[in-house]
Amino acid sequence: MRIALFATCIVDAMYPRTARATVSILERLGHEVVFPPGQACCGQMHVNSGYFAEALPVVANHVKAFDTDDYDVAVAPSGSCVASVKHQHQLVARRCGDGALEARAAVVGARTYELSQLLTDVLGVTDAAGQLGSHFPHKVTYHPSCHGMRLLHLGDRQLNLLATVGGIELVELPEADACCGFGGTFSLKNADVSSAMMEDKAANICGTGAELCTGGDASCLMHIGGGLSRQGSEVGTLHFAEILASTLENPVTAAGNVQLAGARR
Amino acid sequence: MSNTFLGMPTLPVFGRGNLNATEPFPQAAHRELGNAQLRANLGHATHTIRDKRLKVVAELPDWEDMRDAGSAIKNATMAQLPALLEQFEANFTARGGTIHWARDAQEANEIATALIRETGETEVVKVKSMATQEIGLNEYLEGQGISALETDLAELIVQLDHDKPSHILVPAIHKNRSQIREIFLREMEDVDPALGNEPARLAETARRHLRKKFLSAKVAVSGANFGLADTGTLAVVESEGNGRMCLTLPETLITVMGIEKLLPSWSDLEVFMQLLPRSSTGERMNPYTSLWTGTTPGDGPQNVHLVLLDNGRTAALADEMGRTALNCIRCSACMNVCPVYERTGGHAYGSTYPGPIGAILSPLMTGIKSEENNSLPYASSLCGACFDACPVKINIPEILVHLRGEDVDSKRAKAKVPTQTDLLMKGAEWAFSAGSRLNLLEKGLPAGRLAAGRAKVIKKLPGIGGKWTQSRDIPAPPSQSFRQWWAKEHGAPNAAAPGTTGEGTISEGGRP
Ligand code: SF4
Repeated sequence: MRIALFATCIVDAMYPRTARATVSILERLGHEVVFPPGQACCGQMHVNSGYFAEALPVVANHVKAFDTDDYDVAVAPSGSCVASVKHQHQLVARRCGDGALEARAAVVGARTYELSQLLTDVLGVTDAAGQLGSHFPHKVTYHPSCHGMRLLHLGDRQLNLLATVGGIELVELPEADACCGFGGTFSLKNADVSSAMMEDKAANICGTGAELCTGGDASCLMHIGGGLSRQGSEVGTLHFAEILASTLENPVTAAGNVQLAGARR
Repeated sequence: MSNTFLGMPTLPVFGRGNLNATEPFPQAAHRELGNAQLRANLGHATHTIRDKRLKVVAELPDWEDMRDAGSAIKNATMAQLPALLEQFEANFTARGGTIHWARDAQEANEIATALIRETGETEVVKVKSMATQEIGLNEYLEGQGISALETDLAELIVQLDHDKPSHILVPAIHKNRSQIREIFLREMEDVDPALGNEPARLAETARRHLRKKFLSAKVAVSGANFGLADTGTLAVVESEGNGRMCLTLPETLITVMGIEKLLPSWSDLEVFMQLLPRSSTGERMNPYTSLWTGTTPGDGPQNVHLVLLDNGRTAALADEMGRTALNCIRCSACMNVCPVYERTGGHAYGSTYPGPIGAILSPLMTGIKSEENNSLPYASSLCGACFDACPVKINIPEILVHLRGEDVDSKRAKAKVPTQTDLLMKGAEWAFSAGSRLNLLEKGLPAGRLAAGRAKVIKKLPGIGGKWTQSRDIPAPPSQSFRQWWAKEHGAPNAAAPGTTGEGTISEGGRP
């Protein structure tokens, strides 16, 4: 299969490792990955902040970049950005009165998958250790981000994939389905409430005794990880794509290039 | 559909009364977050109700179908509201009741006052009602020399303490047992000074206090949960029996109901009597459901009035994107699951309607420009828990985003100098509307990496970014973006090779 990677702006600029992990997983399964070079951002920040006029060119750019016959399906390592591509793009086009864009956005949205959705529903991955060689001998807890859970109905897809990683010890996160408090510009506009939500999430994570918290959205993980780092915690955050990409031969380990203890050192 | 589809005046009549945030939400939230007692009480109460709700909802295999039915019935109601209101009026009147139409809070208050004056009474008993809180009826009556006594236990507590309710269903959710005991001792007559804080003793004290009033009251004021158009029947759903007392004992009954509370037919009630108790109190069935249709000779109040209240509801109905907010049956499930409400409490929202529904309903009814109501649609992380819980499937997150758009557009129209957020959004629009532009910007990543220093972490950002770093670090940016790495590996079009090193492993760069 020819798979188009939508890296998402935050992963492209801040967490390129997550995109490289995604490429690595898909190539291991024998698929060809392409990167539509025109891509930039899903426009969610603009939409969710009420800046519809500013969102329009961003949405149009995404649709233009992905409205090609050059690939079979598109994938992004983010529940939130995929939900935006699937649901918000048509809304923005409609609100701005661009019927043609709305129709094209619907086509692009229907071909776009979140990573665990693609792996589970399309590529038939049920055993990460067996099919991907995933190996990650660490104690890990998992936060399901809201948009993947409630807008894409991912259910346990990410968790089930993680559970089949070799050597992993998964511990349940209390109140896992509570929002971490990121919320895009909510984290700035209502910084106090956002921080209070983050602090409760961080306390629950630390209470599990896990070395790190994983999840499917780099933005939420940046918010939680940033809070943990500020609190001086040794617990870090890591996207689940990187855990799936980690192998016995090429491990993502505490001693290696990736610091499990967070960005400090 | 245009704003005039109802045949109403072109300019919608916005709501007035207790529908406004009087200070910006972030400011109010900041203060409420500092109240440790409030947070503890709220956290405990909301989690308890949440668990109960989940349990009883899981019992019904057709819960999702029921939500669909509730949503469909309410949508159908709103689509034919004018006709249903007239049908209701005809049936209610034919059975001996009197209808009064109130355009806004002021009119409703004046009508209620005049009706009470006609009876010659100066004291009325009240059934818990959102509509009368919305119009500020108690305060208005007080100014007219009429005292209104709340008879719902929690409302009574709040009223005795001269406080404001903080939850639409559990108005005293912000008070604990010891605080309630103190209020009773301080505000009630004839209370045993040895009163403890056991729930049974507290309830008994309130019961004694109220019983005297029930037996002597000549006039009652209520709200209504539903109005059934095909029979002209009103319904009140409650847990304590105080409502039943008020609705049956006095001679005069004055009900204030929002025009959106109608259901087309008696048979629709079946759906809502299943949705409402399970969603609100987590009960399979509520203890008391009172229904009345006009008057019945020799039984119950003989002087029955209904004030039908607009107060901004037609304005909300005229908003194509927002009108489903009127489908709300005030169950409070959305606030019980809301992570923001759980931490700030209801007072932070200013309006009678707090939580997620309040954050959309208040600005829809008053217009986005009223007082500080434009700060309410931002009081959400858009986590979507409210939409999942809502028994009539109101897509609250989508309406929140719609109202943020209304706010941005209204400010855009008048602002001369762009705000920091405006500039941020403009810049991001430029950067995010072409891959090549983002690529150009990403060439600055090494500089950010340098700024992060040896600690590889950024602890303080300037301007609006400081709101982020008040509680969160930012990891050092990677030395190159993914697209730069990809271009080097694959020689793709925008391969303008940056002058940075690119290790061939996935370990390069920041981690979340
Ligand atoms: S919006 Fe929905 S969940 Fe919230 S109070 Fe109204 S009916 Fe209940």
